[in-house]
Amino acid sequence: MAVDHSPRQRSFLGWPVLRQAGGGDALGRGAAVTSPRTRRLTPRTQTADRMVQSVCPFCAVGCGQRVYVKDDRVVQIEGDPDSPVSRGRLCPKGSASEQLVNAPKRQMKVLYRRPYGTEWETLDVDQATDMVAQRMLDTRARTWQDKDEDGRLLRRTLGIAALGGATLDNEENYLIKKLFTAMGAIQIENQARI
Amino acid sequence: MGASFGRGGATTFQQDLQNSDCIVIQGSNMAECHPVGFQWVMEAKARGAKIIHVDPRFTRTSAVSDLHVPLRAGSDIAFLGGIVNYILENDKYFKEYVLAYTNAASVISEDFRDTDDLDGVFSGYDPETATYDPASWQYDGVVEPAAAGHRAKPSEADNADGAGGEPHSSQKERGSGHELGGRGATMSGGHDVPRDETLQHPRCVFQVLKRHYARYTPQMVAEVCGVPEELFLQVCKDVTDNSGRDRTTCWVYSVGWTHHTVGVQYIRGSAIIQLLLGNMGRPGGGILALRGHASIQGSTDIPTLFNLLPGYLPMPKAGVHDSFQDYLASITSPTQKGFWANADAYAVSLLKSYWGDAATAHNDWAFEYLPRLTGDHGTYQTVMDMLDDKVEGYFLLGQNPAVGSAHGKMQRMGMSHLKWLVVRDLNLIESATFWKDGPEIETGELTTGEIGTEVFFFPAAAHVEKDGTFTQTQRMLQWHHKAVEPPGHCRSELRFFFELGQKMRAALAGSSLERDRPLLDLTWDYPVDEHGDPSADAVLQEINGAHLSGDKAGRMLDSYTEMQADGSTSGGCWIYTGVYGGDVNHAKDRKPGRDQNWVAPDWGWAWPANRRILYNRASADPDGKPWSERKAYVWWDDEQQKWTGHDIPDFEVGKPPSYRPEPGTAGVEGLAGDDPFIMQSDGKGWLYAPTGLLDGPLPAHYEPSESPVRNPLYRQQANPTREVYKRKDNLQNPSPPEPNWEVFPFVFTTYRLTEHHTAGGMSRWVPYLAELQPEFFCEVSPELAEERNLQHLGWATIVTARTAIEARVLVTDRVVPLRVGGNVVHQVGLPYHWGVGSDALSTGDSANDLFGVTLDPNVHIQESKVASCDIQPGRRPTGPALLRLVEEYQSRAGTTVETGNQHRTPVARGAATGE
Amino acid sequence: MSNDLYGPVANVAEQAGWEAPPPRKGFFTDTSICIGCKACEVACKEWNQVPEDGLNWLGSSYDNTGALGASTWRHVAFIEQSKPLPGQEPGFEGAPTGPSATDALNRSVDEAQQGNLAMLGTDSGQVSLGMPATRLPGADSTSRTEFRWLMASDVCKHCTHAACLDVCPTGSLFRTEFGTVVVQEDICNGCGYCVPACPFGVIDRRIEEHGVKNAGIAQKCTLCYDRLQADMTPACAKACPTESIQFGDLDELRDRAQKRVEQLHANGVTNARLYLEDKTDGIGGAGAFFLLLDEPETYGFPPDPVVTTRDLPSMWRRAGLAAAALLAGAVASFLGGRA
Repeated sequence: MAVDHSPRQRSFLGWPVLRQAGGGDALGRGAAVTSPRTRRLTPRTQTADRMVQSVCPFCAVGCGQRVYVKDDRVVQIEGDPDSPVSRGRLCPKGSASEQLVNAPKRQMKVLYRRPYGTEWETLDVDQATDMVAQRMLDTRARTWQDKDEDGRLLRRTLGIAALGGATLDNEENYLIKKLFTAMGAIQIENQARI
Repeated sequence: MGASFGRGGATTFQQDLQNSDCIVIQGSNMAECHPVGFQWVMEAKARGAKIIHVDPRFTRTSAVSDLHVPLRAGSDIAFLGGIVNYILENDKYFKEYVLAYTNAASVISEDFRDTDDLDGVFSGYDPETATYDPASWQYDGVVEPAAAGHRAKPSEADNADGAGGEPHSSQKERGSGHELGGRGATMSGGHDVPRDETLQHPRCVFQVLKRHYARYTPQMVAEVCGVPEELFLQVCKDVTDNSGRDRTTCWVYSVGWTHHTVGVQYIRGSAIIQLLLGNMGRPGGGILALRGHASIQGSTDIPTLFNLLPGYLPMPKAGVHDSFQDYLASITSPTQKGFWANADAYAVSLLKSYWGDAATAHNDWAFEYLPRLTGDHGTYQTVMDMLDDKVEGYFLLGQNPAVGSAHGKMQRMGMSHLKWLVVRDLNLIESATFWKDGPEIETGELTTGEIGTEVFFFPAAAHVEKDGTFTQTQRMLQWHHKAVEPPGHCRSELRFFFELGQKMRAALAGSSLERDRPLLDLTWDYPVDEHGDPSADAVLQEINGAHLSGDKAGRMLDSYTEMQADGSTSGGCWIYTGVYGGDVNHAKDRKPGRDQNWVAPDWGWAWPANRRILYNRASADPDGKPWSERKAYVWWDDEQQKWTGHDIPDFEVGKPPSYRPEPGTAGVEGLAGDDPFIMQSDGKGWLYAPTGLLDGPLPAHYEPSESPVRNPLYRQQANPTREVYKRKDNLQNPSPPEPNWEVFPFVFTTYRLTEHHTAGGMSRWVPYLAELQPEFFCEVSPELAEERNLQHLGWATIVTARTAIEARVLVTDRVVPLRVGGNVVHQVGLPYHWGVGSDALSTGDSANDLFGVTLDPNVHIQESKVASCDIQPGRRPTGPALLRLVEEYQSRAGTTVETGNQHRTPVARGAATGE
Repeated sequence: MSNDLYGPVANVAEQAGWEAPPPRKGFFTDTSICIGCKACEVACKEWNQVPEDGLNWLGSSYDNTGALGASTWRHVAFIEQSKPLPGQEPGFEGAPTGPSATDALNRSVDEAQQGNLAMLGTDSGQVSLGMPATRLPGADSTSRTEFRWLMASDVCKHCTHAACLDVCPTGSLFRTEFGTVVVQEDICNGCGYCVPACPFGVIDRRIEEHGVKNAGIAQKCTLCYDRLQADMTPACAKACPTESIQFGDLDELRDRAQKRVEQLHANGVTNARLYLEDKTDGIGGAGAFFLLLDEPETYGFPPDPVVTTRDLPSMWRRAGLAAAALLAGAVASFLGGRA
């Protein structure tokens, strides 16, 4: 909407007292006293580089969200009025989504605690992933069960378990289940049981 | 839900609440836990609907309801059973609906005996194994096959070695109600069940139901639930006045119902009411299951659950599913009605998605590649296996069991036995730091330098840092678009597991070991973008499934009805087939709600086949006409010879209401034109579940596993088939008729607050949320406060046989004591968001630490909504003194591993009757 | 002489020098449908980047925010009372209840204020192992059977006559074209005159803490002045799940509110009333007004607020007269002295 409510500026200086004297704002309580910053105010949703549609990550209502991005950083997340479920509204958790993403205490680095260690250490993310892959293969080899005592197929390991998934995407859960199943790990569980 | 109607998941959608004439919210605190969905309740209220909240506490939901009914936590089945009794006694049921669409007329076996006859258990109960043989529950003349959903005979494999045994639980092969999440139970001969259309046959379901609930009188409801008769009758009147041809009532539940040892039967209770009142499949009716997490529905549809494969196909069990034919036979019977008759096509398509060209007709589509189950491999069993050093490695993926799971100490102690632990989360949750700041470090039960667990913490990507779909509470998939790249080391699960798979496959390349074939033959080649993220779109395509040969080769499947059992189609989750129909990602559909009808089919995509109200064939009468103009939804258009209406018909679109199959016809063709429950083996809604459940065909009230109240209804105190774990680290409080239950005289219940999210991983680190509810507190009535000298703003110590925790005291009128059977029952309310650690902005003792582990037999869900406790003023002791306090309580209560763990309640001393 | 600082005003924005301003904007907060979720508090903070305001558990029902202030521009009050709410049945009848918690609460708070922390249990390290008493709490005659839990989201009222603005010596506080009252943080010098001027205790200076934005500056709700310029709904109203907070043209909101009150009255909720919507009240009506279910005092609102600068013109006049009289006296004495 292109609305121009700019205060009349009869004075070429724009000096408040002159505006006050010349305008209809004799007591200097409105148009006459706006600062340059005030006159420049623009909502950051308008100055954002882009907006993408998203879904709230908290509960299962599935509220639509609009995510505003400026300089590759999320600057605002608010309700998507297009959603027929949420109609643009968000609860306090959903309203805090931007802070969730940009939380001051959010962990951004891989941390590693060696056995019997007393403190965290840092690790490179690829190195850490390699280590986990190796741990999985070692454990799987050590705990592999091919058949039961009656010779029936088991084809599995009970040495590896997982818990999680209810805040993950379907595509992520699909890959998790697929990978674990293929490697023979069966104790794959999530919040749905909790 | 699966056991009653054929599919899990909410039967309706949130916006449809606006069409309700009465909404009963029970086992849910919707305004607090689903505030934005609650707008539709307020919409209904503005249109004049009656809003009833049945809940132990007066909550923010109660505050805007018309009627609040305080009831004792854990007594819901008695309440629901009382409503069933009221409906039947006063002829308030919807006769035409009940006769046509439910199994009320079906006649059941003459071998069936009810709880009235057997002192609180159904026929077929074996006290040795604490399980039922459900053969006697069947329809007359139907023989139960060895089906999923039921255990097979205990096999030697179950207890032969550490691999398959359930040493702490009863020895049995447990099926799971979760398997019924997507379907009705298997049953042969669904087409020729004997029926008595007059509903007079003494063994017809209607009469069985009437007898079973005859003792659930208003007086009994008052005695069990603490709800005065008048208040209870008001609910009955509101519900029945607002049901029928022209009016509908909706039932809303959440984890207040599922977190019980009889949780599945709670839901069955509301299903029976909704079927009797004719509210299923109709606008403003149904049962709205409210899920707690963004994609908890999705995580059961495409499960990370031990006993399921995608689309509610069961994981194969050793000794039961040794061949693919055995496996298929257990899912579906060749003589049953409905869409599960095509399970072979769903299973083969999944195997083709997993193993591509390596899955052939010759190797039974690589069925042998699937690992086999030998019992309960659920999360609690797994934690006990950790304590026994059977589990080496553990992944926590956005989950904080040190706070969020029952019996936190067992969780943390279990993790201290691991060789390695991988935690992937946004924040340094308590489960990642238990080795340095968990409560057991303070008590001396664990010492940091002696814990051998290697811990990897991987920072996770947030929802705006990745593409993908969530399936929300009304079965709707919605795509969320990546807005920014994840910062630092943060990565999506998709990328992490894709790379992990690549690394493992690379390490095994060239292996000739048979066990490595499934990994090496796995289809694992997703396109990757310039940042290294695999394409979620490609994964969703694999989930949807494609034509692999023929004219349409390479095209996406439009519907699961296109799936074939001959290897010509793939599809990773048959119920999601269609989300990519027409080669378009419909999870991205974003037609604004204001630009389409109120059902809004062009926003997201709901399984199955984008239908928003399930079983909506039932919104029309048997002849296909709307029951009333006001409640018209889907109807038969005689001119066009098809079903039409506001939603996509949940029915074969061209099958006329008058269609009747030839006797003996099975599968989809076997469904008559008036069989709205198309996933059920007989096409009917089940008032009585002849198969599919492990703890009885009808809900019966049992006390919670820990309760200070003696069951007024039956000799049997608690669910006789609940899963118990007799361990010294899992002691239970005694309950009557056991002695010393008075040591733990109060009931406590746990719940969430609007301001926090589950175990706090996404809220206690967020300043704007942490400041709104900054501290763990307990809610007590002024009466209990006076009795125990609890000071408002002060501290209280809450004690169970597991541990003692401390909380700030909030004395509030919102909690009232209840009069239960002449005694006063006090309830303590505990929000469960807090945990002991050092990284969160807000920390505190964890309410879940109070619980032991006792599970529902159908779904292995723990009872974490209710237990007994003591409460005392002041802070708890610290260090080893805390352990001494708990030991003192255990000693006074005389608890042993047997306490509270008896399945069959013994006959009272001096009583004349025997078993 | 007319008083610019009191009484009905036809158009506040025009009065403040805006030419052809848009319709006056405001909030209508319908507390009868508030579910106390606090989405408004968070959405406000997110949008306006208001800092966290301290992690203090107040034990005041579910309110841990306390009051409006420099870092709290929306505040949801929670009121638990043993009083009936027309149209609602709390289900307490027949329960074995004793007296309301209010007494116990007041006792604890009194004790705490006197510094007796032992009463709060905070010093008690010992847990007694006493068995529960057997006395039935419902035995006495003071059983509580009625109950209501009221919630209301409070905010700056954007008064027609805003004393904060009238007393601001720097021109930091100003009347916008939308008729709202906004602090300009780049002009405010932190003098604090506005703080005692507000009849509602809304505006406050942000306490100076290291790293806190706008420390020392007076702060309050801007009715999302920046969003209004882009025709966007203020953050709190946009988030509100039940539309308890409604944003729009003030005249239209007043009509809507009037209808809502009538509807509630028809439904038997006879206590429903509007607060601060009357143009003839002590602040000339507010830009943010409320539908309440009881007296304003119940919610902690002043029952009959008056702009603190109401008497300023007459005070000036009197001061002027006094000055003139003094002058006259001085002249007279001077003249008299000469005589």
